[in-house]
Amino acid sequence: MNDAPGAADPREEILTHLPALRAFAISLTRNPSQADDLVQDTIVKAWSNIDKFTVGTDLRAWLFTILRNTFFSDRRKKKREVADPDGLHAQSMFDKPHHDGRLAFADFTRAFYELSDEHREVLILVGANGYSCEEAAEMMGVAVGTVKSRTSRARNRLAQLLGMEPGEDVLGGDSGATLAVLSRSGTQAA
Amino acid sequence: MMNPMTNASRKSSLQQQIDENLKRVYEETLKEEVPDRFVQLLEQLKAKEREK
Repeated sequence: MNDAPGAADPREEILTHLPALRAFAISLTRNPSQADDLVQDTIVKAWSNIDKFTVGTDLRAWLFTILRNTFFSDRRKKKREVADPDGLHAQSMFDKPHHDGRLAFADFTRAFYELSDEHREVLILVGANGYSCEEAAEMMGVAVGTVKSRTSRARNRLAQLLGMEPGEDVLGGDSGATLAVLSRSGTQAA
Repeated sequence: MMNPMTNASRKSSLQQQIDENLKRVYEETLKEEVPDRFVQLLEQLKAKEREK
């Protein structure tokens, strides 16, 4: 890589963020070919709008913002339910988790893809990427409180889809009480 | 409460499990190879700019 006089072009760095962009796109679209189109649009937009990026700030967060804005504005335009012709991620019937105190990964993945787009988004940003609620709020263009309550509701929904209903001993331990706590805190945060 | 664990620690253990699994879901896709078309696209964009 050449050392340009002055600051290096942040666009040189886009390449290193492609795997993360693609992973985020797949979580949102649930469809690899739609995900690749979304990543392509994101790259083109980022490239031509790089003057709007503040050098020294988090480039990945900036790219994620473009990607999620593109996704949600496309969705508004198309006003469609996300099509999933293969039904790969849309299986609503799945086995109950193993009663060995662990979440079975395949069940977890299916449950995750059943969540709403908004819930998948917030869980990927906060839960998987470890962004703070403040950072996620900025990317999503919503209030911090919204991120907190949405994260909590998304986790509750996921637990529910995994069959962790009150009274069930899925996680070993008293998961019924756990869920009661989760929903109470969710209500408070909302 | 009969259970010795506090509500807070049970809550965080469920959250922790959920987040660990979320990271795995995310990392599974992160491991996939980035299609060549994106590398090519970036090269094209760069080349186009040099022409200016």
